[in-house]
Amino acid sequence: MRDFTEIWSYLAAGPLVWLTATLVAYLLADALAARLGRPPLANPVAGAVVLLALLLWATGTGYDTYFEGAQFVHFLLGPATVCLAVPLWAHRATVRRAALPIVAALLAGSLTAIAAALALGHALGLSPDMLATLAPKSTTAPVALGISQSLGGSPTLTAVLVVLTGMIGAVVITPLMNALRITDWRARGLAVGVAAHGIGTARALQVNPQAGAFAGIGMALNAIATALLAPWMLAFFL
Amino acid sequence: MIHVLALILICQLAGEAVARVLALPVPGPVLGMAALFAIMLASPRVALAVRPVGEGILRHLSLLFVPAGVGVVGHLRLLGENALAIGVALIGSTVLAIAVGALVFRAVARLTEGKPDA
Repeated sequence: MRDFTEIWSYLAAGPLVWLTATLVAYLLADALAARLGRPPLANPVAGAVVLLALLLWATGTGYDTYFEGAQFVHFLLGPATVCLAVPLWAHRATVRRAALPIVAALLAGSLTAIAAALALGHALGLSPDMLATLAPKSTTAPVALGISQSLGGSPTLTAVLVVLTGMIGAVVITPLMNALRITDWRARGLAVGVAAHGIGTARALQVNPQAGAFAGIGMALNAIATALLAPWMLAFFL
Repeated sequence: MIHVLALILICQLAGEAVARVLALPVPGPVLGMAALFAIMLASPRVALAVRPVGEGILRHLSLLFVPAGVGVVGHLRLLGENALAIGVALIGSTVLAIAVGALVFRAVARLTEGKPDA
């Protein structure tokens, strides 16, 4: 039998190990979150990222090698964005009835997310490149990457900021809404979908189906709103 | 199943192509989403076939963010140098955006629906 390091170096160079590791790390993190009763702080994305980062560090593997395998999962973000048409369609009657509050909350939430991030970042001395990287962070990853690239930011860093934003949204949504005494599931869902895209939407789906549907709508609409608003808002801070 | 996957990819492909040809600021997958929505509205038969597949993909949406999130390993230095500014900007803007979005939704819903919280 060949020795372990030889087999490992053969396997670790291919995509199979890292694709498998991505799925297993997510399942472990998700199972742990479920075991703990899904408290806001136990976010499965955060857990999986920490596990995989430790694994890469322990095995001395570079991100490029990891991404060779993980790209198959990453690629699905595009088709998943297209699939946001499904909750929009399934709840089209509710959406039509609430069209005005949805559009108002979308514009207010999207503008606040971009403006507050840019204003705070600018005040604390972030460079123009970093501001361009930061501007689209509330929208879903494939969209944010495209916007970041066209604004002259760093798409890979934007991806990280997008994920961090989603985790923050998923953690704060329930306590924040309870503190503000907002009990309308539509308002709670839409707001977290606009501000914290898919990770916020995943959280909303765990809490309430109507909140989940409105989060999906908020996320889908904010993909369009951020693409239109971010370049225009960034111009004020450069 | 394969029909639906093909339709989803065709919508995305059409979205990418249109965004590129017309140099639109809206990303391709978002146009693809609009296209799929229009198709689902136009054909209930297609909509019913697309629904379970779409819901299946969206049920595991969190997983799809993991590879991008692991990208943090390549940016630890840059993030470390700007940790305070980035942290404040991300937390502050996210909390504000959620609060403003939900409050505006409730206010406009009350105005247009003429009733308190549903």
